[in-house]
Amino acid sequence: MRLSELANPSRFLRTANLAIPWLAGATAIVFAFAIYRAMLAPDDYQQGATVKIMFLHVPSAWLGMLCWGLMTIAALGTLVWRHPLADVAAKAAAPLGAAFTLLCLVTGSLWGRPEWGTYWVWDARLTSELILFLLYLGVIALWRTVEDASRAARAVAILTLVGAIDLPIIKFSVDWWNTLHQGASVFRLGGSTVDPTILIPLLLMAAAFTLLFVTLLLAAMRNEILRRRVRTLRLLQASATG
Amino acid sequence: MPATAHIEFIVGAYGAGIVVIVALIAWVMFDYRLQRRILAELETTGISRRSARDSAERTVSDGA
Repeated sequence: MRLSELANPSRFLRTANLAIPWLAGATAIVFAFAIYRAMLAPDDYQQGATVKIMFLHVPSAWLGMLCWGLMTIAALGTLVWRHPLADVAAKAAAPLGAAFTLLCLVTGSLWGRPEWGTYWVWDARLTSELILFLLYLGVIALWRTVEDASRAARAVAILTLVGAIDLPIIKFSVDWWNTLHQGASVFRLGGSTVDPTILIPLLLMAAAFTLLFVTLLLAAMRNEILRRRVRTLRLLQASATG
Repeated sequence: MPATAHIEFIVGAYGAGIVVIVALIAWVMFDYRLQRRILAELETTGISRRSARDSAERTVSDGA
């Protein structure tokens, strides 16, 4: 099946109904294995056991950024190609991205307190991550504020494209500014500086989080298509009775 | 540093993770059931989408 054929909402629903149970099962299995490996990981020689917060903090940070990246592609789909599922995907993804970004901020604060002596500092990495969370809230608010779905989709698409500027700022903030947050240690030129005993559980947790995200995104897109069908039927009902 | 140092921060972080993940799963499942239920109620009143009617008519005419 070509990817473009999935643009038909009915075909997408059939595919999602088949895929979601398998994805949910795979997510549960990978999560169980990843958490098992994470709990077996040794303490860091400087941070002690608090390094285990990294197994939640880093994957949720990656997903918060990945989700906005997907929304940026969907925004192009809405504005340029008027892809039928583009604004459905963007609307379904926003609450998921907001939740993972919030989890990143909360776990980061709880990690920062014992390591830095403070829950929060207005440095470039933390502030740009907070801006990403606020952008997610803005997108969700915009969907709820503009009643006409196609106008809301275009407004959200423009906000999403503008907000995408924040992604490289988050990524390179630790290089461009002097921040309290540590520099890149997993994906960097010259290879990862993280020991494999910690890196492997981290990558497993990232895989589990990504599977969870894909499963939830498909399920949320399915819900959004059903919600639009409900709206269509209610309009038909109103015109029939009116 | 003892292994249990700052345990409250570790437990707090994993607790937050559980809350967020369970809330997302519950939201998606609840919303799915809600939309399915509303659709079923609307369809029992005889309202159906044009594409659904066309599909049903095609199925009937194909079978005839």
